[in-house]
Amino acid sequence: MTNPVRILVAKPGLDGHDRGAKVIAQGFRNAGMEVIYTGLRQTPEQIVHTAIQEDVQVIALSCLSGAHRYLFPKVMELLKSEGVDDIIVLAGGVIPEEDIANLKEAGIREVFTSGTPIKVMLEFINENTGPVGGVL
Amino acid sequence: MEEILKKVFSGDRRTVARAITMVENRDPRRYRMLAGLRSKASHALVVGITGSPGAGKSALVDRLTTEYRRKGLTVGIIAVDPSSPFTGGALLGDRIRMQQHATDPGVFIRSMGTRGSLGGLSRAAGEAAQILAAGGKDIILIETVGVGQSEMEIMKIADTTVVVLTPGAGDSIQTIKAGIMEIADVFALNKADLPGARRMAREVRVMVETNCHGAPWCPPVIETVTINGQGVTELVQAIENHCQYLTESGKLEEQRRQRVLDELSETIISLFGEWLGRQGQQQGLLTSAAKQIASGQVDLYGAAMAVLQEIFAGGLKEEGYSFSGQEAFKK
Amino acid sequence: MEQKNRELAAAKEQWEKNLREKILPRFPERKERFLTHSEIPVETLYTPLDTENTDYLEELGMPGEYPYTRGVQPTMYRGRTWTMRQYAGFGTAEETNRRFKYLLDRGQMGLSVAFDLPTQIGYDSDHPLSFGEVGKVGVAIDSLKDMETLFKGIPLDKVSTSMTINSPAAVLMAMYIVVGEKQGVSMEQLSGTIQNDILKEYIARGTYIYPPEPSMRLITDTFEYCSAHLPNWNSISISGYHIREAGSTAVQEMAFTIANGIAYVEAAIKAGLDIDEFAPRLSFFFNAHLNFFEEIAKFRAARRIWARIMKDRFGAKNPKSLMLRFHTQTAGCTLTAQQPDVNIIRVACQALSAVLGGTQSLHTNSRDEALALPSEDSVLIALRTQQVIAYETGVTDTVDPLGGSYFVEDLTNRVEKAAMDYINRIEAIGGAVRAIEEGFQQMEIMDSAYKYQLEIESEERVVIGVNRFQIEERSPQDLLRVDPVLEENQRRKLSQLKQERDPLAVSGSLDRLKEAATGTGNLMPLILEAVRAYATLGEICDVLRDVFGEYQQKAIF
Repeated sequence: MTNPVRILVAKPGLDGHDRGAKVIAQGFRNAGMEVIYTGLRQTPEQIVHTAIQEDVQVIALSCLSGAHRYLFPKVMELLKSEGVDDIIVLAGGVIPEEDIANLKEAGIREVFTSGTPIKVMLEFINENTGPVGGVL
Repeated sequence: MEEILKKVFSGDRRTVARAITMVENRDPRRYRMLAGLRSKASHALVVGITGSPGAGKSALVDRLTTEYRRKGLTVGIIAVDPSSPFTGGALLGDRIRMQQHATDPGVFIRSMGTRGSLGGLSRAAGEAAQILAAGGKDIILIETVGVGQSEMEIMKIADTTVVVLTPGAGDSIQTIKAGIMEIADVFALNKADLPGARRMAREVRVMVETNCHGAPWCPPVIETVTINGQGVTELVQAIENHCQYLTESGKLEEQRRQRVLDELSETIISLFGEWLGRQGQQQGLLTSAAKQIASGQVDLYGAAMAVLQEIFAGGLKEEGYSFSGQEAFKK
Repeated sequence: MEQKNRELAAAKEQWEKNLREKILPRFPERKERFLTHSEIPVETLYTPLDTENTDYLEELGMPGEYPYTRGVQPTMYRGRTWTMRQYAGFGTAEETNRRFKYLLDRGQMGLSVAFDLPTQIGYDSDHPLSFGEVGKVGVAIDSLKDMETLFKGIPLDKVSTSMTINSPAAVLMAMYIVVGEKQGVSMEQLSGTIQNDILKEYIARGTYIYPPEPSMRLITDTFEYCSAHLPNWNSISISGYHIREAGSTAVQEMAFTIANGIAYVEAAIKAGLDIDEFAPRLSFFFNAHLNFFEEIAKFRAARRIWARIMKDRFGAKNPKSLMLRFHTQTAGCTLTAQQPDVNIIRVACQALSAVLGGTQSLHTNSRDEALALPSEDSVLIALRTQQVIAYETGVTDTVDPLGGSYFVEDLTNRVEKAAMDYINRIEAIGGAVRAIEEGFQQMEIMDSAYKYQLEIESEERVVIGVNRFQIEERSPQDLLRVDPVLEENQRRKLSQLKQERDPLAVSGSLDRLKEAATGTGNLMPLILEAVRAYATLGEICDVLRDVFGEYQQKAIF
C-alpha cells in the first residue's frame, strides 16, 4: 500500500459551523488519507504549528463567518515566516467570487466554495501532491 | 544523514516532523537514522497512556502536559488512532483536546494512524518516541487506540504504562478487560466525579492489593477529573515514583536491555522481510514456488528452504541500507 | 366501521392488482423506494386504513387542546397570523439599528437580533480572537453603550425582540432590560426571547463558553428571574434549527431538541423552580427544510410529544406548560450559490410547510445567503414571501388544513415514533447532557450529514443548479460586504468607553459578580449591576470564565 496523504482540516476563527469540515474530513478519510482534525476556534498560529508537527502535505481551511479575508492570508504569512513553502493550502466556505483572486495572491492554491463535490477536491489533491514520503 | 541528525538534535521542528514521517512510511533509510539517534534518546521517560475508547485519554494527556510544562519539563506526544483496514485512511482527532499546547515550543504533538498494525499501536510509535526524545523532549506520552492488543504493545515500548479506567453506567470491576491489571504500572480512574467512581476506586484498589502481594511495585490508583484537573498532580507524582522505582531497582536498565533485544530481532525480521518481499517478487521466486506447492511438486517447508537457498546464493544487496554480507559482521 | 375497513382493504387490493401493477411495466415509478429525509418510507397511496388505529381525541384533539397536535391556539391564523420576524444584524449597532427600522417600516412585526461571533462567545472586539470577526455575522455588542445605540428610537414596549444569544444570554438580556429602564419601559412590559440554549451549542453550533454544569446554572438563573420579573419574556428558545443545519434528519432535529428540553426542565426542577411557573415561558425553534410533508409532520408530532412529556412525566398542570410554541426559520443549508434566485422558491415552499405546521413566528431566508450577508433587496423579497402566504393564498383561513390527510397523519405518527426511539436512547445513556459528553448526538448528525452529501454527489438527491439543470452564470454582483474599517471603529469606541466610565464601579461590580459565581445564588441581579456600570461583555464573561472554566470540545471520531 502506498503511503497515505496527510491533510490538516482546520477551522480558523470563531465560526462554529463545522458541518462542511467534518463532511470533507470523512470524504478524505474514506479516500485513504490521514486526516488531522483540530476542532473549532483555531488561531492561525495553532494551524501553522500543527501543520508542521504533523508534516502534512495539504491544509484545508474552512470558514463561513466572513473572517477568511483576515484569517486565511494570516495563515499564509505565518507559513512563510516559518519557511514552509511546500504545503498546499486549500480554502472553503462562504467565499464571495471577488475575494478569490486576493486569496490566491496570498498563496492559497485553490478555493472551493459551497456546493463543491468532495470528488472535485480529491482530484485536485491527487493531482497536486507528489509521491509521498520521507523527503528531507 | 549527518545533517538530519544534527537538526533533530537541535530540536528543529520541521526535521523532527519529517523524521517521524520517515519512520511512519517505513522508509528504508530510517534504520540508519534511528541508529544515529539512539544515544541521544535515552534520557527521556516514555509513558504509555492506554484504556478504552471514551475513557478520556486525550483530555488526560492534555492535563498531564500542562502539569509537566508547569514543572519545566518538555513533552512529546504521540496520539494513535485507528486506520481503516480497507482504505488505509484515518481520522486523527485526538489533538482537538490538546490544541492549547500546539504553539508551545516545549511541546510536540504528532497524530498517527495504526496503518495496518494488528495490535492497534502504530509500529512507528516507538521509533517516533525515540525521535522526539532525541529532539530534546523530556517526557514522551504515547496515547494508544485503546482497542485490540494496543495495551500489550505499549507495555513493550513504554517505561511506565498508565491504564485509564472510568466508571461507566453501572460498570463494575468485572467489565474491565481481562489482562489489563497486569499491564498497569499506574491506574488513573478518570471521570472520578461521576456516580459510581468511589466504589470503583475501592474495588480496583482491593484487586490491586490482592494481586501484588509482596511485589516490589504495587500500582497506585489515582482518581482524576479532567474537567478541573483534579488528581493530575498526584498522577504525575505516581509516574515519577514508578520511574524512581525503575531506576533504583535496576529495572529500567533491564527493561531497556530487553527492549534493545526486542528491537534488534524485530529489525532483523522486518529488514529481511522487506528485502525478501522485493527480492522474491523481482525474481518471481515466490510465485513459482507457490505454483510448485499448489501442484504438489514440493511441500511448503521444502519450497521455503529452496527459496532461502536461492536468495542467499545471490548475496544480500539492498539499496538504502547497504548490507554487505559478512563484512558487516567483521567490523 | 370494521365492515367498512374490510371493504376498503379489499378495494385497495383490487386497485393494487388491477391498476397499479398493470401500468407499472409501462410507467415504472421513478425510484424503487421513496423515502423522506429521515428515511421513513413513502407509499404510493394512503387511505383511511393507514389511520384506522389513530384515536382522534387521544392523538389529535381540538386545536388549543391537549395534546395540541392540531395547534396551540383554538383559531390559529384566523385570529392573528404568525409573527414575521426576520433575523438581522451586521456591522455596528448604528447600521443594524437602520436595518431594524427599515424592516419595521415595511411591515415586519418583531425584531430578531443577530450578534457577531465575538459577542456570542463573550469576547470584546479588542480580544485577539475577535480580529477579522467583528461585525461579520451579526452586530458587535461590547457594552450597554452599543445596546443603547442598537435600539435607539425603537420603543421597547411596542416591539418584541428575539435575541440569538446563548452562552452570554444573561448578559445581553440584562443589557436589554437596562435599555428599557432608560426608555422608561418596565420589565413587565418587555416582550421577547433569548435563545439561551447551550446544549445545542455543544451539539451543533459551537458558540459555547463554559462547561455544561455552570452553563445550566446560568440558564436556570434566567428562568427564575424571568418568572419573577418578566412575564412576557421567553427565557429560552430550545433550538433544533442548528442541529438540522449541521446535517441532521428531521427526526433527529426534533428528537435531540425535545431531549434538550427535558434536560432544561429537569435542571430547573432541580434548582427548585415550580414547573408551572417556568414551563409556560419555554419556547422552541425549528428548521423548515425541503421534504415538505415530513416537515409538517415534524411540527405536529413535536407538539404532541412535548405535551405528553410535560403532562405525564413532569406532571405539569397549567395548559400553557404543555404547549410547544415555536419559531421557524427556513433552511439556510439548502440555499445554493448557483442560480441564487431559485432560492426564493425553496424558501417559499419551506415557509409554507412551517405555516401548515402551525408555527408561531417565522424567518424566511434571503436568496443570497449562500454567497454573503443578505442585501436589503433580498431581505425584502424574503419578507414579501411570508406576506403572500399570509394574505393571498388562503392557507390561513382554517386551522391545520392538512389534519386528517391520511398521508400526513400517518407520517406524523411515524415521525413521532422514530423521535421517541431517539429520546429513549438518549435517556438510556443518562440524559441529553451525558449523551453530549459521550458525543452521541454529534456522531449521529455527522453520519447523516455525510450521507446527505454522498446522495448529492451520486445525484440520488437532486439539487437544482448544483447537480441538475446547471447553467453557465456570471458571478452575482451587489453583495453586501462589511466594511473592514468598521472593526477598527468598534475597537476605538470600546477603548473610549473604557476611559469614560467609572472604573471603581466597574471593578466593584465585577468583584461582587465573581464572589457570587463561586456561591449558588441567582447571578442575574449582579450581572445587571455590572451592565449598568458599563462593564463590557468580555469583562463579565471573563469573570465567569475564571470561576467556571471553559468547555473543551469533544473529539468525536
